[in-house]
Amino acid sequence: MQKSLYITSNGRLRRHENTLYFEMGAEKKAIDIENVEQIHIFGEVDLNTKALNYISQYGIVLHFYNYYGFYAGSFLPRKKNVSGDVVVRQALHYLDREKRLFLAYCFVESAVYHMMRNLRERKEAEAYLIAIEDEWEKGRFNISSISELMGLEGRIRNIYYQSFNQFLPEDFSMEKREKRPPTNPINALISFGNSLIYSHTLSQIYQTQLDPSISFLHEPSEKRFSLSLDISEIFKPLIVDTVIFKLLNNHQLELEHFDEDLNYCYLNQEGKKIFLKEFQSKLETTVRHRQLNRNVSYKGFIRLECYKLIKHFIGDQVYSPLKAWW
Amino acid sequence: MENSQEFQDLKFQAIKINYLYVCKRKLWLFSKNITFENKSDKVLLGRLLHEYSYPKEKSKEILIDNIITIDIMSDGSIREVKYSSKMKEADIMQVMYYLYYLKQKGVQKQGIINYPKEKRKEVLKLTPEYEEKVKQALKEIEEITTKSIPPPAQKQKICKSCAYFEFCWG
Ligand code: SF4
Repeated sequence: MQKSLYITSNGRLRRHENTLYFEMGAEKKAIDIENVEQIHIFGEVDLNTKALNYISQYGIVLHFYNYYGFYAGSFLPRKKNVSGDVVVRQALHYLDREKRLFLAYCFVESAVYHMMRNLRERKEAEAYLIAIEDEWEKGRFNISSISELMGLEGRIRNIYYQSFNQFLPEDFSMEKREKRPPTNPINALISFGNSLIYSHTLSQIYQTQLDPSISFLHEPSEKRFSLSLDISEIFKPLIVDTVIFKLLNNHQLELEHFDEDLNYCYLNQEGKKIFLKEFQSKLETTVRHRQLNRNVSYKGFIRLECYKLIKHFIGDQVYSPLKAWW
Repeated sequence: MENSQEFQDLKFQAIKINYLYVCKRKLWLFSKNITFENKSDKVLLGRLLHEYSYPKEKSKEILIDNIITIDIMSDGSIREVKYSSKMKEADIMQVMYYLYYLKQKGVQKQGIINYPKEKRKEVLKLTPEYEEKVKQALKEIEEITTKSIPPPAQKQKICKSCAYFEFCWG
């Protein structure tokens, strides 16, 4: 499997002859560039065009995060897998109201499915699960616009996040979900995890012929790579939330792993490391795929979602979003 | 054959002929640039184009898909090196296409398939029947690749080792 590399320390990425190194003072680590697919940079890292050009030759994507661990931006090398045909058809699905709504609905449907899946085994959250089911069954058939769909999704997400208080340690209770800025630990975790899933999804989209800026649930104008936001909806509950539950319920993350300043609550360096490790091992966890009769990692499932979208756009197979069956 | 663009077209056309016999869906996807080549494919293509761009003076040896060597200048033939004598129609047709292509350029050649393991070789000639078959194949490629949707996936033995496996079946 092509690797994701996370750099949490400060230092310099440097190309020396045909090797890429990460240097921290006198310490120097060679990076196995052939097997790297993406590099996530959390620390304060210097790099020059010589290093960047070298990294691009290998089609490696760089994702940058700010001091608080929130996504800042990506460096995507010139794309090799370009198909004008696919992009034109992708755009047609955006322009056609019905077609767009269909895809937007699919993303929400899968997201809701995975939220319910997360609550299903938890006795403490039963009332919330029922509330979500009610809301969903009531609302899903009366949607005629993207904004109605967004509204329904928002209501469900509220109930979902409230339920966290029932089964997470008390230190991590949440009044409400707040995005910018997160001022308590649980919100900080969700934001951090969502940043990660966004950039990982972008990396997968980048490997395919999809255009990351043409989206369906989110407005293409909302963010530069809004298709990544769309697909992330599916994987936020499936990957990010389960990682958070595990880390908190096993007390691997405690309050000491968070720092606060005037406006923000965020993971400190140690906290980020713990989170990234668990997150990465989740991405690499495999599940037997029934059709493929092969093991597919969680990361692989993100890629498969991209493939399914391409098949939908080229008129091959109607898109049916992932609903984890295991 | 003097510029690399032409060579690239030649190569892509030959790949299409091969895919026509291997899997029509693969042909359609490839023709729309929906490809999932792995890194070694890319390296190979790069080397190919490089070699073609800087031809040696007398002989041009061009390695295609790791199995076919066109050795045009030295002894006037197209070679294919195969590791087993189980000749597949797809491979033969690919060579026939090169022969046909060269004939259009006014060059008559023959194809040689070498079996280094078995220490023997076979000579392929572009017969009128094969020429007809190549023309038919080119027509069929045109028909398939201008369709607006791809032929549906059909499970066959080669799917397992095909670069599109996860795309088609995932
Ligand atoms: S996986 Fe099978 S059906 Fe799909 S392109 Fe390859 S050979 Fe054809």
